Amino acid sequence: MDFLNALVALANFVLIPGITYGSQLALGALGVTLIYGILRFSNFAHGDTMAFGTMVTILVTWGFQAMGISAGPLPTALLALPFGILATMALVLLTDKAVYGFYRHQKAKPVVLVMVSLGVMFMMNGLVRFIIGPGDQRFADGERFIMKARAFKQMTGLREGLAIKTSQGITVITAIIVVAALFWFLNKTRTGKSMRAYSDNEDLALLSGINPDRVVMYTWLIVAALATIAGTLYGLDKSFKPFTYFQLLLPIFAAAIVGGLGNPLGAIAGGFVIALSEVTVTYAWKKVLNYTMPDGLEPSGLAQLMSTDYKFAVSFTILVIVLLFKPTGIFKGKAV
Amino acid sequence: MKKFLMASAAMTLCAGTAFADGHAKEVKLGVMLGFTGPIESLTPMMAAGAELAMAEATASGKLLDGAKVTPVRADSTCVDSGAATAAAEKLIADGINGLMGADCSGVTGAVLANVAIPNGLVMVSPSASSPGLSDVEDNGLFFRTTPSDARQGQVMAAVMKERGIESIALTYTNNDYGKGLADSIKANFEAVGGEVTIVAAHEDGKGDYSAEVAALASAGGDVLVVAGYLDQGGLGIIQGALDTGAFDTFGLPDGMIGDSLPENVGPDLDGSFGQIAGSQNKGADVFYAAATEAGFDGTSSYAAESYDAAALLMLAMQAAGSVDPAEYASKVMDVANAPGEEISAGELAKGLEILAAGGDINYQGATGVELVGPGESAGSFREVEVQSGKIETVKYR
Repeated sequence: MDFLNALVALANFVLIPGITYGSQLALGALGVTLIYGILRFSNFAHGDTMAFGTMVTILVTWGFQAMGISAGPLPTALLALPFGILATMALVLLTDKAVYGFYRHQKAKPVVLVMVSLGVMFMMNGLVRFIIGPGDQRFADGERFIMKARAFKQMTGLREGLAIKTSQGITVITAIIVVAALFWFLNKTRTGKSMRAYSDNEDLALLSGINPDRVVMYTWLIVAALATIAGTLYGLDKSFKPFTYFQLLLPIFAAAIVGGLGNPLGAIAGGFVIALSEVTVTYAWKKVLNYTMPDGLEPSGLAQLMSTDYKFAVSFTILVIVLLFKPTGIFKGKAV
Repeated sequence: MKKFLMASAAMTLCAGTAFADGHAKEVKLGVMLGFTGPIESLTPMMAAGAELAMAEATASGKLLDGAKVTPVRADSTCVDSGAATAAAEKLIADGINGLMGADCSGVTGAVLANVAIPNGLVMVSPSASSPGLSDVEDNGLFFRTTPSDARQGQVMAAVMKERGIESIALTYTNNDYGKGLADSIKANFEAVGGEVTIVAAHEDGKGDYSAEVAALASAGGDVLVVAGYLDQGGLGIIQGALDTGAFDTFGLPDGMIGDSLPENVGPDLDGSFGQIAGSQNKGADVFYAAATEAGFDGTSSYAAESYDAAALLMLAMQAAGSVDPAEYASKVMDVANAPGEEISAGELAKGLEILAAGGDINYQGATGVELVGPGESAGSFREVEVQSGKIETVKYR
């Protein structure tokens, strides 16, 4: 019984939030890694692309709510998501045509493109704030919980509760579906294969008749979809605030680099490594140890490795260690 | 011709002295607030509050035999100590006799150490609440009309004790305000026999607080005290703690009190409690009415405290019969506290008159001023509780 209590406490406070956050980071990191692998630059505007997509989704959600359309127990935002993705696709194709395309045709160095993406980031930043404002927006509706902590306690008779939010369930399921679809696309379809070929060796790909413009366009379309899905899931689970999305850029890049930049599998692994390490290393194990340790051996303190102040330091320490010993990331990506 | 010139020169001299006698002096008061920066939305009303008191004293014609009070505004920026120090030095060059300001704790400390103490200038801050300013070596020159957060810690400990709470988990927003307040709550709650299971900082502006909530939940406690901001990390922590079923009741210091909190969190917040600076006295209503007449919102945060800060400076000058800070600094505590006739907001003329006649006053002003210890407001607090989605006042302390 005590062991079950410990397990439930751990699941409730570490595993479920960690896996949810990890899925959100993984989806974000996938977008970053695709751009890096195929277009060959670090896209600093990714966080704000996510914010833009989420913003459109929120606006359409509000429209649906006003019209009385809902998805029953699921959040209305899921219905609005396709509209957000379409708008984001239009936006990124437009920026590519207006900005990135120019530098690509000049064969500009990657570092130039990185700086260009920084400029795009500020533009998008302003655009989102201009339209929806800098404040907090809440748009989650429908059933809030799959399982409530109190209901779980009554059901099982355990002393610890287990809460699963609808948004957490949706996040994990959506992440699995999206990742599966992406890998199927990259490995099985003709376009996917041409994208991978272009990523591996640009010149060879061009010689074998792959149209670079098409590859670039498909990349942007996929990235727009990934960014909007990741942003909307994050917003549903927490809340939407443009500044928070801007700050998400750091853990997302950390995830992509730890996993290996340019490697989609690495992006997913990196997302979970970063998210779970933030939660587990700073977790106070007191409660879990109280249940599992024999009488008299329970810790009197919090059994906390380090204070939560250091949670960002944790992910960056992992980043530094990985870069020191495996510069290409856990899964072989491209050297940064 | 020569005689005529002499005569006119003499005439001019006489006229000059007569003129000077008629308008005894001009009193210049610095109004130093963060007109740009994080609290720029509050400072216009604060400045208007201070200038309302100055206009009232000037209009009464009783301050130092009809002196005219002129406000000189300066920008403290709230966050940039260098800029605030430079602005304060400019005020000294302008020849101010006293300073109403500064606002945020950090810049207030900088101006006090770098400008006020070297130049012997009296400062009365309406809003700097850091406990650190209580211990600072100020040569008796620094006062504030807002209570120190150390006081809020005492009040919060007393509130929790009365509610029968034995242990708390404590999280604070990682800045001077949050840290100072958290230290004070911890020290005071432990002093009354309570247990603080964990003290954990959180950063504002992040979306994900699961690590913080996990640590807080593991440490446990009867309530979770969140010394943060209601539209920032504080909200995220409460949401996360409720969702995971870690805590049901929350202790909410002043930064968390606002109507948007129960609106955002929903019915689960019912039963949570907290406190915010506030008092019940007749001066407040008089001040609000006067502010509305003057065309600004007197209920805005720290507007009333600013009025009181400016009033205290002028009353102390009147009591000392001098605008020299070295002479009137010691009078600030006298006019603010008993014994003496109680003077509320809008009665500055009466207070000035009593002081001119050599009497004593006990200035109450718009916020029920009572200065204690190193010249800071004793602080009356309003204990509040969330009841069916609304923040209701339970009692005054």
